[in-house]
Amino acid sequence: MGSTHAKGLTLHLKVWRQKNNKEKGRMEDYTIEDVSTDASFLEMLDVLNEQLVAKGVDPVAFDHDCREGICGMCSLMINGQAHGPESETTTCQLHMRKFHDGDTIVVEPWRAKAFPVHKDLMVDRTALDDIIAAGGFVSVNTGNAQDANSILVSKENADLAMDAASCIGCGACVASCKNASAMLFVSAKVSQLALLPQGKEEAAQRVQNMVKKMDDLGFGNCTNEAECEASCPKGIDISNIARMNREFLKAAVTSKTKPTV
Amino acid sequence: MTDIKKLDGKVPQGEIRTLWDNHRFNMKLVNPANKRKFEVIVVGSGLAGASASATLAELGYKVSCFCIQDSPRRAHSIAAQGGVNAAKNYPNDGDSVWRLFYDTVKGGDYRAREANVYRLAQVSNNIIDQCAAQGVPFAREYGGTLSNRSFGGAQVSRTFYARGQTGQQLLLGAYSALQKEVGKGKVKMYTRREMVELVTVEGKARGIITRNIITGEFEKFSADAVLLCTGGYGNVFFLSTNAMASNGSAAWKAYKKGAMFANPCYTQIHPTCIPVHGDFQSKLTLMSESLRNDGRVWVPKAQGDKRSPSEIPESERDYYLERKYPSFGNLVPRDVASRNAKEAVDDGKGVGATGVAVYLDFAAAIERDGEPAIKERYGNLFDMYERITDDNPYKTPMRIYPAVHYTMGGLWVDYNLMTTVPGCFALGEANFSDHGANRLGASALMQGLADGYFVIPYTLGNYFVEEKMMGKKVDTTHPEFDKALTASKERFSKLLSINGTRSVDTFHRELGHIMWEYVGMARTEEGLKKAIAAIKNLRSEFWKDVKVTGTAEGINVELEKANRVADFIELGELMARDALMRPESCGGHFRIESQTDENEAKRNDDDFCHVAAWEWTGDNAEPIRNIEELQFTNVALTQRSYK
Repeated sequence: MGSTHAKGLTLHLKVWRQKNNKEKGRMEDYTIEDVSTDASFLEMLDVLNEQLVAKGVDPVAFDHDCREGICGMCSLMINGQAHGPESETTTCQLHMRKFHDGDTIVVEPWRAKAFPVHKDLMVDRTALDDIIAAGGFVSVNTGNAQDANSILVSKENADLAMDAASCIGCGACVASCKNASAMLFVSAKVSQLALLPQGKEEAAQRVQNMVKKMDDLGFGNCTNEAECEASCPKGIDISNIARMNREFLKAAVTSKTKPTV
Repeated sequence: MTDIKKLDGKVPQGEIRTLWDNHRFNMKLVNPANKRKFEVIVVGSGLAGASASATLAELGYKVSCFCIQDSPRRAHSIAAQGGVNAAKNYPNDGDSVWRLFYDTVKGGDYRAREANVYRLAQVSNNIIDQCAAQGVPFAREYGGTLSNRSFGGAQVSRTFYARGQTGQQLLLGAYSALQKEVGKGKVKMYTRREMVELVTVEGKARGIITRNIITGEFEKFSADAVLLCTGGYGNVFFLSTNAMASNGSAAWKAYKKGAMFANPCYTQIHPTCIPVHGDFQSKLTLMSESLRNDGRVWVPKAQGDKRSPSEIPESERDYYLERKYPSFGNLVPRDVASRNAKEAVDDGKGVGATGVAVYLDFAAAIERDGEPAIKERYGNLFDMYERITDDNPYKTPMRIYPAVHYTMGGLWVDYNLMTTVPGCFALGEANFSDHGANRLGASALMQGLADGYFVIPYTLGNYFVEEKMMGKKVDTTHPEFDKALTASKERFSKLLSINGTRSVDTFHRELGHIMWEYVGMARTEEGLKKAIAAIKNLRSEFWKDVKVTGTAEGINVELEKANRVADFIELGELMARDALMRPESCGGHFRIESQTDENEAKRNDDDFCHVAAWEWTGDNAEPIRNIEELQFTNVALTQRSYK
């Protein structure tokens, strides 16, 4: 049964405060007491906010929604690590028992040219949606589908496609990359569809469009640092980037398609 | 006494198997060249909203889609774990459209509309085809065909799944279809927008007012029809498995503009969630009910037994589900499992530090099948449990407790998914129609996608033609838009101006306590009356004493929450009222006064075989309870028994 929980951490927070995307931001210091080790990182911020509201101070804005690690909305740089110190864990699933009494914790937003800050810890990740809109789909209108079992997919490829498809689009890969590259995100979608027969028809156009869109939106290039993989809360493998590069090269060599976005 | 209306579900006449086919033929079509002249607003981008937006855009309609999050891909459909049902009968185990229909009607405890359920079962197969074609990575067999599993006690394997992330994969499929249309310019996507008002002109839905969450600006949007795909209202309970931003406000605005709200008391409480562990807790996490296939539920026989589970010998444990329901044991339906857990806790036998939990023990399964086999089946769930609780479920039993998970009630819609406001449609969890008083596992995803991909694309066109909407544009310069915009602004200013002493969350938490205590798993006349009185008080307290920091401009999370909680309070009252006025038990609605000798939900089909559709009559007036009679001509009414 429940371990004997050492209750009541005192924590020193350094939190990025920025009023909006026009004004400059700064780090603010807050001390928070008696934080339960059972609380999640976001619940700790909820408690901080409740204290700030009681004092009439504007609470810290941060993105969050499902709080079960699947929606991809939460997005904090915690002590310089995207989603904090736990591997394959989103911020909302990070618990305060991973910290110690008296710790100083630095909390910042995702920082990337393509992700402008809205306020405090909230950033604009619309760029990721724009990349999907450029080609991250199979062009099959509703009603066009044949019987599902008429498309066979080997279990191996189905599993690899599922590995890639489990990306939650949080942007940790971009935030942790020194080049702010979105290669892991883009390659996860390119891989998923490249591994499946459904995606073959438009493969060349897809990879060209998505890569061009990614470049246009101001994401950097990949220099094989693998920080993205290390920070990915869903464990997306960088071999997906290799697969995307192969798809890109193949499109350049074997196809007459040009980017259309 | 106001006259009670009898609602007409507009179900076509005829044999149920051919209803939808005939209806599709009989419905009027919009000429392809004219479709682009119609504008459609879709509120919400979950399974229902994304699939409807994409499909309507493919047909040529001009679609605007609105979502509250930073991206349409974040909608709470994404969190569904288990799977999606379809009547494919790939395993050759006796499934059929008829059987899926039958199981859904029976599972809903005979409080759903038969014709809607039949259609749902019919189009279920198209959903699987469509999703597979989109590249949804469903689980596969070695031969490359799709895998199925049995789910939620079904006797056939009809559930398709993508690991424990089926909702995510189906949503990302619908999202990719949506983005495809966004890329072509056929859908205009508005993110971080909250609908704060429905605009009606001459009785028809003609647009919405939104609040831009980033700038705080109020914006007007006009259209020829408005589709509400805004999910359920489980967050009335404060703690639920819903996402933090999930709310009932869009539906509530429609209710106040004349859309009736059906069966608000039908709430599904899921038995296998991680228990509450502290006051700071923000949400509850569900663990797939597949755990009950191998886990044994128990509590100590003695009240207040504080020993650790390993110190409690077998003879002093009460495996109460196995004891009370020998044939189904730990696999009784969700409502039965949930209610029994509450009874054990109320009886002082709850476990853990809070005493508000029961054990789900895998020791027997591990001894029988070995730890690797259990890890293979439930590894991700065990990891999730350990991450949250810091307990290792391979070594010590899990602690679980029920939590609010899904709301079967919602906006009343006819067979065409239209609410009682012409031109305002409701899809997915936001409507009431298909699950009756209880939803079966793996049916929520099916319904959201059925409504969006395969129903609304037909029925919407029919509305435009029947109502002769062609050429009758209303734009945002119409005075009704300014009226609605002013009303919204005033409401938000009011919230900011109260400047009381209590934070929004304290009100929400208090509402949650009232709801959980009196409008939760087991309800009584006395308790419901108490709840109504308490909620009325809370409401007046809220409007006197809430403290909302910040300003109307820019991002103001407290203001957003205040607006939603104000609606939750009113919705909570309606739920209690609906529960009070339905003195029978059915599905997820359990009235202590109405149970069988075996403590099962006892329906009263003579008096309550109907839908209650509530009509708003004013902020401080009693709502009217209208009804839609339900006819069961294809599935005979029977009493459930799981003994």
